[in-house]
Amino acid sequence: MQQLVDSIIAGGAFGKNAPVDLIYVLFIFIFSAVVFLGVAFPFAGIVSWAERRVWGRIQSRIGPNRVGPQGFVQWLADGVKNCCKEDIIPTDADAPLFKMAPYLVMLAFVVPWAVMPFSQDLILADLNVGILYFTSVTALTVVGVLMAGWASNDKWSLIGGIRSAAQIVSYEIPAGLSIFPVILITGTLSMQGIIKAQGWSPNNWFMFSNPFCFIAANILFISALAEGNRTPFDLPEAESELVAGFATEYSGMRYLFFFMAEWGNLFLIGALITTLFLGGWQFPHVSQNPIVMNVLQLITFNAKVLFIVFFSMWIRATLPRVRIDQLMSLCWKYFVPISFVDMIGTAIWVAIWPEGNPVAGYILFALGVVGLVLFTRRVIYYFQKSKMELYYSPII
Amino acid sequence: MSTLRTEEMTLNMGPQHPSTHGVLRFIVRADGEVMREAIPDVGYLHRSIEKIAEKVGYHGFMPYTDRVDYVCAMFTNQGWGMASEKLGHIEVPKRGEYCRVIAAEFNRLASHLLSVGTMAMDIGAMTPFTHAIREREMINDLIEELCGARLTFNYMRIGGVAFDLPPGWREKALAYLDHLEPILSEYDMLISFNKIYVERLANVGIITAEEAIDYNLVGPNLRACGIKWDIRKDIPYSVYPELEFDVPIGNGQWGKLGDSMDRYMVRIHEMVQSVRILRQALKQIPAGPVLAKVPRNFKPPAGECQVRVESARGDMGWYAVSDGTGYPWRVHVRTGSFAAMGIVQKMSRGLMIADLVTIIASLDVIAPEIDR
Repeated sequence: MQQLVDSIIAGGAFGKNAPVDLIYVLFIFIFSAVVFLGVAFPFAGIVSWAERRVWGRIQSRIGPNRVGPQGFVQWLADGVKNCCKEDIIPTDADAPLFKMAPYLVMLAFVVPWAVMPFSQDLILADLNVGILYFTSVTALTVVGVLMAGWASNDKWSLIGGIRSAAQIVSYEIPAGLSIFPVILITGTLSMQGIIKAQGWSPNNWFMFSNPFCFIAANILFISALAEGNRTPFDLPEAESELVAGFATEYSGMRYLFFFMAEWGNLFLIGALITTLFLGGWQFPHVSQNPIVMNVLQLITFNAKVLFIVFFSMWIRATLPRVRIDQLMSLCWKYFVPISFVDMIGTAIWVAIWPEGNPVAGYILFALGVVGLVLFTRRVIYYFQKSKMELYYSPII
Repeated sequence: MSTLRTEEMTLNMGPQHPSTHGVLRFIVRADGEVMREAIPDVGYLHRSIEKIAEKVGYHGFMPYTDRVDYVCAMFTNQGWGMASEKLGHIEVPKRGEYCRVIAAEFNRLASHLLSVGTMAMDIGAMTPFTHAIREREMINDLIEELCGARLTFNYMRIGGVAFDLPPGWREKALAYLDHLEPILSEYDMLISFNKIYVERLANVGIITAEEAIDYNLVGPNLRACGIKWDIRKDIPYSVYPELEFDVPIGNGQWGKLGDSMDRYMVRIHEMVQSVRILRQALKQIPAGPVLAKVPRNFKPPAGECQVRVESARGDMGWYAVSDGTGYPWRVHVRTGSFAAMGIVQKMSRGLMIADLVTIIASLDVIAPEIDR
């Protein structure tokens, strides 16, 4: 992006003696506004619509279909409705903290978009510590949620907030450790650097580069779900237990902010997994034209991310919620040790094959395909076995 | 280093809470996430239904019985009908009895579907609820065709039922059963054996057989503890002796005997048995009248009676005293949910707050049935 700004300045769009620093600041504002208002917020809204539609199909109902074609503009209607609602702040609440909490959660959701690698050129800032930045700023969510739970002065909110703090802080560890294998292989923390180290074909993706990475990818996905407060780890807002968790006392747009952040976080989860393990925007080099290539890469990246977004919607519609002690034991007893083993295993792997082992890529990818086939066959088997004979004699 | 001072937190769960299934209140004393105790506080839905009976007469009380337990109103109808018939020595025509059983078993299916659906929803899985409600809607359609109402049926009368089966209803009902049977196993695949679901239910809220008897648990809650006690089998009424069915009991297959998973599975198996009963009843139903001749001004001879009906929530006792006038002198209903509330306090000790939701859902309490 810096090259673009430089070329515009060199082109003389601002005259010869324009203050270069101020122009940079101006462009930072413009790009941020475009990305945040034009991409991040609408994405969160559209995901809310998409999630309700996907859920509708899975739950054999229709979902929102009235506002616009297929109910597509439902999210705008919801936004307008929530803006018009009364903004209630409980008398006993800590008003400044209560007001600030949703913005912190929003902040944690918009800031990572700065390093979002949409294509080889479409990235706001290719930081050399991109992935570190990404994981650290998303952890800001916990501050907002805890603040919301505390400031509401409501016991249910407090439990929700504390649960969220315990959950997010715990799952940061396996999530962070699962990133290490990729960093060990690439030797860079830059988002673009990690993507450039992978290829367009699945056997060159880091997910299939060695067995440890494969496990790490799965752990990262599950941990990311837990950090994003998604089912089966949506304990902080478990509506059947804690009413609405940390958001119990919130109403109107403040309430919606929490949920926009949650839906937006889906994209962040997808982007993280795609960047690290699924080849990012890598696309076969079919054209010399950079614009065509960028568009193709943008589509590739978004397709992969949206698949993961859909997958987490699917999971949310399918799975029940775990209990807090089960959540914690999953993290500390299983994920953290396995992540360490992954890290050490990858280090050994890299020491043995510094350039990677292409055969392992093919084998793991083939195993992945086999797994998919077996999964499909199992589903079909279940459908065939769903006969009532099984049911007349299961009772002692 | 001094120890950190902690204190117990008193949480007020209800009367308005998403998972208390109506107006119910629990005073939860909790140490963080772990409950010391959950004390149920009932009485928010008391409507003096038993007192109303003394003022509206025998026929007039029938619509009120729907409100005792609106999720399975056929059984309350039947209970009151049977109590009045026993007081007045009225013989119900055979076809009337079959109509009662058919309606009641459909209602049991509807009630259990709602129960397992909300159970899954309380655990956090949304999809099974909508699938269960979809099937329940079809049962509601069938019952609506039968008696014109979808929730508070008022279908039965003293001496039989109000309406005969409409033409073509039998075929529709059989077609629905054909549709439902595979759905029940689909339901199992959807959620029952899900790893997280089993983990949440198994070994949670264990009731031993002795405790269950001590606390007067009835119905699926009692059978889940391994006690084979079903009023339909053990104190037969209506035409149940002519029908063949099994009484599913809990087997502790997933955890300890009498845990929440057992209660859940018993309901699933009972639905299968209900389908079996319905198939036989729809096949065997004889021709004839559905309503015995009962005087409009029904005055049973002085006396008292107690009848027991196996409702979806278990043994429902109807006690009525007649003094020879057109109004019952005293009516009392003994409901399963009220008994189930008694054990919550004992069960909840040392469990997590999330488990309280599981317990309430697995006991399948209906708030209006607790208070009447």
